[in-house]
Amino acid sequence: MAAATDFYCVQDLLTDEERLVQSTVARFVEERFLPIVADHYERGTFPLEIVPELARIGLFGMHLQGYGAAGMSNVAYGVACQELERGDSGLRSFVSVQGSLCMFPIHRYGSEAQKQRWLPAMQSGEAIGCFGLTEPDFGSNPGGMATRARRDGSDWILDGTKRWITNGNLAHIAVVWARTEQGIRGFLVERGTRGFEAREIHHKLSMRASVTSELLLESCRVPADCELPGAQGLKAPLSCLNEARFGIVWGALGAAIACYQSALDYAKARVQFDRPIAGFQLTQLKLANMLTEITKGQLLAFQLGRLKDQGKATAVQISMAKMNNVREALEVARLARSILGANGISLEYPVMRHMANLETVLTYEGTQEVHTLALGEAITGISAFK
Amino acid sequence: MAINVVVCVKQIPDPSAPARLDPASKRLVREGVDLVLDPGDEHAVEAALQVAEGAGGEVTVVSMGPARAVDAIRRALSMGGARGIHVQDPALQNSDALSTARVLAAAVKGQPFDLIVCGQESTDGSTGAVPGQLAELLGLPLLSFARKLSVEEGKASIHRQTDEGYDVVEAPLPAVVTVTGGINDPRYPSLRGIMQSKNKEVRQLTLEAIGLSGKAGEKALTQEVVDLQPAQARKAGRVIEDKGEGAREIVDFLAELKVI
Ligand SMILES: Cc1cc2nc3c(=O)[nH]c(=O)nc-3n(C[C@@H](O)[C@H](O)[C@H](O)COP(=O)(O)OP(=O)(O)OC[C@H]3O[C@@H](n4cnc5c(N)ncnc54)[C@H](O)[C@@H]3O)c2cc1C
Ligand SMILES: Cc1cc2nc3c(=O)[nH]c(=O)nc-3n(C[C@H](O)[C@H](O)[C@H](O)COP(=O)(O)OP(=O)(O)OC[C@H]3O[C@@H](n4cnc5c(N)ncnc54)[C@H](O)[C@@H]3O)c2cc1C
Repeated sequence: MAAATDFYCVQDLLTDEERLVQSTVARFVEERFLPIVADHYERGTFPLEIVPELARIGLFGMHLQGYGAAGMSNVAYGVACQELERGDSGLRSFVSVQGSLCMFPIHRYGSEAQKQRWLPAMQSGEAIGCFGLTEPDFGSNPGGMATRARRDGSDWILDGTKRWITNGNLAHIAVVWARTEQGIRGFLVERGTRGFEAREIHHKLSMRASVTSELLLESCRVPADCELPGAQGLKAPLSCLNEARFGIVWGALGAAIACYQSALDYAKARVQFDRPIAGFQLTQLKLANMLTEITKGQLLAFQLGRLKDQGKATAVQISMAKMNNVREALEVARLARSILGANGISLEYPVMRHMANLETVLTYEGTQEVHTLALGEAITGISAFK
Repeated sequence: MAINVVVCVKQIPDPSAPARLDPASKRLVREGVDLVLDPGDEHAVEAALQVAEGAGGEVTVVSMGPARAVDAIRRALSMGGARGIHVQDPALQNSDALSTARVLAAAVKGQPFDLIVCGQESTDGSTGAVPGQLAELLGLPLLSFARKLSVEEGKASIHRQTDEGYDVVEAPLPAVVTVTGGINDPRYPSLRGIMQSKNKEVRQLTLEAIGLSGKAGEKALTQEVVDLQPAQARKAGRVIEDKGEGAREIVDFLAELKVI
């Protein structure tokens, strides 16, 4: 498994424990997820039946401390995301949303009671979470959000619409971001709360093995203790996105590796003009470029992970890696798609599935353009986007 | 009453990669390949854990092998084993099955246990000889080919896989049991287990430490591989065309193979 796509021996830089995480998740994905993903993708469903197993391995909130979490390094979280996304971006998204976008804000900004109530339940997969930031009219610019929370006695009343919310229809608990008179605040809204409804978004051509929803909040009343006390302002949801983006940096590599391997196997086996297509120079150029980009991405991801483990990774460093690794993964997927010829468009092979997924990954958690401009701002000191 | 279990595990070249034999030494090439805990032994670890967990005991993981074999022990510890014993000695290179059994017997002696669980045969060497030899050396009964194992009131009881079905076989504890792949679905290590395994003790023992200097390994071979032959190419499969009797023919064919 390792050697062919670990050209610069990045594996040697991992600790024993990180390697064991990688091989464990890789095997799980291979044995339990890959055999079923194509069908789910075709039907547009997420394989909920694997949630208890993901939980038993301990993948939910694996890099958090306490409350039943494993407390692993960021690099361990990264390699886990890579192996999950070798399966499908939808699988990694599920784990990202649960751990980085829902458990993380509760862990960081929640009250002790909120932590006790939700973290063990989410760790064990009994409670599934979703993260509602994006709205129909506010995507790249979440600071403009229209969702409002107003006080009524000690309760809060929420009004607004969230759109493109991963796991919305599966979730028991939604982390909803809304504007209050004091600025942006986070709220934990339970499924079944009056005035709260999730509607599944259909007709997706990407992330089909993942559930995406719209959340409708209409005079939705929640008690005061549903507010995340520590979350003050837009920087709170942005801090969650930083966590999840870090996982994407690695995850995108996983998708790229899956495409590269599929293309390489195919190129060696497929014969045209009496020789394997791997023998044609143009195919070799594609393979060489793919492996080179994967290797560069691995080094970026690894060093970013170590910086994060030392508490030194900045948001804009994460932006650079997210921007680069997703862009290059998408390019790898497209090249792989071309190597597979007509078979490249089939769900019998993983390539087009990954390629279509990566179009979402390019957009969510900060679009390609926004990360580029964040980097531009860091370089020049001039913001080009707001 | 707590039941403590010893499980014997072997690290082998990743069986999903093509294996290579070295014509000079007539042995499997173990360098430059991924090494893994033998998948068959994962069933042994799972069976051991189930027995120990059910009875409030602990699992000790024992392996003989070069330095890297500790990875296989760690994997078993991250599944839930309590501690490891790793016998490692340069003199053990190219050990034969009997040597392996002697080493394992000496390593578990003085260790309190009620049950030893082994794989039925390794995926690389596949002599299936070690567990029987181990039982003999320790003077313990052997319950082999278990596809079901239960332990109670001082005895172990198994369903022994046979061609026709299974036999129920019992033996008093302590005993040695070998398990088949059908016995269970091995758990994946949990991430917490991986974290905890770092702090679990793995005792490193040399031949001298177990009192077997010169009595095991290269110096004490009882068997020798004299020749290697490539396996016969597999015959092409049989195609059954369904002319109304297709299902019948397939059933007969499977029955002939004794898989149903
Ligand atoms: C090319 C080649 C050449 C060989 N040459 C010889 C030879 O000359 N003479 C000879 O006798 N053997 C030889 N062997 C086999 C020898 O190296 C065995 O692999 C080893 O001694 C263990 O036997 P086994 O793998 O057949 O174990 P098996 O008896 O098939 O294993 C059954 C179970 O015993 C336990 N076990 C086995 N090995 C260990 C271990 N090291 N540590 C802990 N538990 C263990 C495990 O639970 C395992 O599932 C050769 C093998 C190969 C592939
Ligand atoms: C499958 C899927 C799952 C998702 N899951 C979640 C989730 O769980 N939770 C959640 O909150 N959100 C989620 N999202 C939403 C996602 O984060 C947003 O789609 C994303 O932030 C972009 O917003 P938008 O779609 O409104 O695009 P817009 O912001 O409208 O952008 C459209 C285009 O304009 C560009 N653009 C915008 N502003 C600028 C600028 N200043 N300069 C240059 N270019 C600019 C963008 O880069 C993009 O190319 C998900 C999306 C998808 C597709």
